[in-house]
Amino acid sequence: MNSEMSMAADLGRLLPEIILACTAVVGLLFGSFLPRRTQWPVRVLAAAGCVAGLVWTVVGGTGTVFAQTYTVDTATNAIRVAVLGSVLLVLVMTRLGGHARETEFVILLLLAALGAILLAGANDLVLLAAAYLLASVPLYALTGFAKDGPGTEATLKFYLLGALLGTTMLFGVMLVSGVGRGSDYPTLHHTLPGAPLAAVAVGAVAVLAGLVFKAGAVPGHFWVPDVTEGTQPAVGAIVTTIPKLGAVVAVYRLATLPPLNWPLLIAVLAAATMTLGNLAAFFQRDVRRLLAYSTISQVGYLLMAVAAAGASLALPSLLLYLAAYAVTNLGAFAVVCALPRARTLDDYAGLRAHRPWLAVCLAVCLLGLVGTPPTGVFAGKLTIFTATFDAGLGWLVVVAAVNTVASVFYYLRWLVPALRTSDEFPRPDRAASVAAYLAAPASVAVGVLAGPILALMAPAG
Amino acid sequence: MLSIVVFLPVAVAVALLAVPRVSDAVVRWLWVAASAVELVLVVVLWVGYDGPGYGYEVNRRWIPSVSSGYHIGVDGLSLPLVAVTAVLFLACAVYALGRTERPPASGLTSTEARRGTSPGPPRAGGKTPGTGREARQSNTARSFAALFLFLETVCMGVFVSLDLVLFFVFFDLSIVGMYFVIAGWGHRNAARAALQFFLYTFLGSLALLLGFIGLYLAAEPHTFDIVALTEQNPLQGKGTVATLVLVAIVVGLAIKTPTVPFHTWLPPAHTEAPAEGSAILAGVLLKLGTYGFVRIAMPMLPGTWRDWAVAIIVVGVVSVLYGALVALAQRDFKRMIAYTSVNHMGYVILAVGAAGLLSTSDDQAHDLAVTGAVTQMVSHGLITGALFLLAGVLWERGGTYDLDAYGGIAASAPRFAGLTAVAAFASLGLPGFSGFIAEFQIFTGALPGAPVATALAFLGILVTAALFLRAFQRLFLGEPATSVGDLTVTETLSIAPLMVLAVVLGLFPRFLLDLVEPAARVLGTLVSR
Repeated sequence: MNSEMSMAADLGRLLPEIILACTAVVGLLFGSFLPRRTQWPVRVLAAAGCVAGLVWTVVGGTGTVFAQTYTVDTATNAIRVAVLGSVLLVLVMTRLGGHARETEFVILLLLAALGAILLAGANDLVLLAAAYLLASVPLYALTGFAKDGPGTEATLKFYLLGALLGTTMLFGVMLVSGVGRGSDYPTLHHTLPGAPLAAVAVGAVAVLAGLVFKAGAVPGHFWVPDVTEGTQPAVGAIVTTIPKLGAVVAVYRLATLPPLNWPLLIAVLAAATMTLGNLAAFFQRDVRRLLAYSTISQVGYLLMAVAAAGASLALPSLLLYLAAYAVTNLGAFAVVCALPRARTLDDYAGLRAHRPWLAVCLAVCLLGLVGTPPTGVFAGKLTIFTATFDAGLGWLVVVAAVNTVASVFYYLRWLVPALRTSDEFPRPDRAASVAAYLAAPASVAVGVLAGPILALMAPAG
Repeated sequence: MLSIVVFLPVAVAVALLAVPRVSDAVVRWLWVAASAVELVLVVVLWVGYDGPGYGYEVNRRWIPSVSSGYHIGVDGLSLPLVAVTAVLFLACAVYALGRTERPPASGLTSTEARRGTSPGPPRAGGKTPGTGREARQSNTARSFAALFLFLETVCMGVFVSLDLVLFFVFFDLSIVGMYFVIAGWGHRNAARAALQFFLYTFLGSLALLLGFIGLYLAAEPHTFDIVALTEQNPLQGKGTVATLVLVAIVVGLAIKTPTVPFHTWLPPAHTEAPAEGSAILAGVLLKLGTYGFVRIAMPMLPGTWRDWAVAIIVVGVVSVLYGALVALAQRDFKRMIAYTSVNHMGYVILAVGAAGLLSTSDDQAHDLAVTGAVTQMVSHGLITGALFLLAGVLWERGGTYDLDAYGGIAASAPRFAGLTAVAAFASLGLPGFSGFIAEFQIFTGALPGAPVATALAFLGILVTAALFLRAFQRLFLGEPATSVGDLTVTETLSIAPLMVLAVVLGLFPRFLLDLVEPAARVLGTLVSR
């Protein structure tokens, strides 16, 4: 195969990413020619781009591209589907009809999604750093999209922590590439075992710091509640869902590199993440902060699968959990978006009486996040617990089980007022309600169809 | 066929929610109709079942990556419980027909709303009912019916599951369903009791899940299939691991059953739940725990079960005595019945424990004990279901469960008094009722293996007799303190058949025992492996 043919083949494999990038660029240009009040065509274009990307993900091939710096495998494909699906759901959820900067919102969303996919596929430390920036910078802008006080404050916190940990990550990339005489994972796989252990350890932990920030795991989790509370709920949904999808898979790829004692480190991080997230969520009165802490604890369960990377079920279960988490979390956020003025738990009083179906969606999504069968998160938890047990980390499973029970408490704190009656209740937003009606059945469907989904993910493991 | 039985109720529930405006009466009659059809189907299942072994088996692939399938079937252990489930849900549906007014959410308004029409003593708390409540009524009645139909599917599902994941799915959903029943339609402190119920039983279900994963990983090849795991006996001779798995499963099931010391969620949950909720909780949901012992813990971990049989027996006897004594001390009628449930479930635990002890020596005694355990589950389901519905009648009339608030009801409500007397006598195990058959078998079966424990447990019957007679005297005899209306037609129609069944089982137990005994023998050979 000559180099031009391999180039073409490489580009073919990358088509979903290329489509996404082109959609963003074309959309930006297109949007600047549209009247300020009617920018919905950009939204349609973005949705079309996502659908095209999904189609190509299904029919396209797999393999590593561009001198093995980027992997297109089952994991990348799964994240592509999850991210693009999430973007579509967010596009349904947000109604900025007539907003003067609708185009910007859509384009930033697309770019952040592209960054998340690249994070998942990156097979090279330098590409990983670039993906980190692409997944971060658009989100800073989105966080401050409303140009209000809380949003700006959230942006600043988000940006400062992101910049700090991003720099740390770059330092780690430099260190590991230096001692490993290369930046792509296949090379590192051979060279790192012979490299000075201390340097590798410091460098790898520094790289991990950036990814932990993106995933919203301990210790890089401080931004999550502030950003989710300060920004618009739709943006909160985006920042707690889409970058996580890519970052966790990136951690998984990094964790398969020798020669550190990764499983234990990741297992401790996982345990700390789920425990801290749960404890902090306990007495939150603001639904967004509660959901934010819940997303932190969810990353803890996800990291369990990374810690169990040795088990054959680890990667399929991780991908299943990621997909289930994305749709369930977006569903819960969709309910929050539908009721933008209901900020505290008590504001949800009367939801069942006035909006029974929205209440059902909320119950399905919150119980889904607990891991109640037959939702997708249950299937994910079941397989992740099994994989972790298999990897010999029984203590972590027990910690996770205890955490799951504890998490029931705060999810129910939200459901209890929703069951109560009240005479008045605000009208929910139509678009966001539709997203909730889509997400809740989807989260159950992921669980019921867990068998076929896991079968699709299996070749990767 | 079996799948239809399992999923028919939930299909009706979805239909109920989906159709736009229908009146409450239509909703309630649809609920009754669906439950009746369900019962007919179960009867057909029973008649068509030719044991031993699993009947109506369906095995489809579901999550092949973890060897978990949609595998269902019934045998002599599960079919009686499936039948009790259908009977009790029909009774609840009929009972709910009689309710003209159903309080919306959290029960805050229920006390107030009923107080206007009832001569009960004044009670603190309660909010004025919100305006526009009538407009939302059909909505509430609808969700109530849908929730119960959903619960029926879930309970059926647990009993017919032959796959651990499927079992767990239904087991967990039963908690969710019951949580919403208690939280949405319970009495004053319902939210708190419901939360406690959810957290406690959810902890149990997760312990159960850990045990299931342990079984899965021990099996070679890995599988969640109950039949395959029972054949494999995967943890034979694996000391500590086997013990840990058994502890996880037993704790999970013991919380659900519940046995001492895991019973603390039960009294508040029962006291706060609506009558129908209590009946289902006691009549069906508690059986999920004891059923788990005979379906999962005993046949899959026979060696370890035998090693720990003494501990199980001790737990059983403590539950029997503690449940009875604490019930004796109650002044609240519903709490009292709740504690007698702990007592009655204790007999079941005693029986399954004794079966583990006996299995090596005396086959016949072992079969008797297991048969007794299953009969006790059936009998307790019928009798306690009736008792809780009667407690619901008491609440409807007086707005309180306090025994001291009533007296001499028999004068004004003879049918109510009569049915309660029958239920109380049935519950304390008088000959002629199903409870006697069950307890007689349990004691005869357990005596050779654990004479001391059996003798101690026997005292439990004395205490239960005392407490039921005392409660009956306070409520129904003596000076009429309050005049209450007698049972309405729907109340009679819902409660009386349960008692008729208990009597039929007590007088002609053969049709049930013919079904249970072969399955108990199979279990016996499995446990003595």
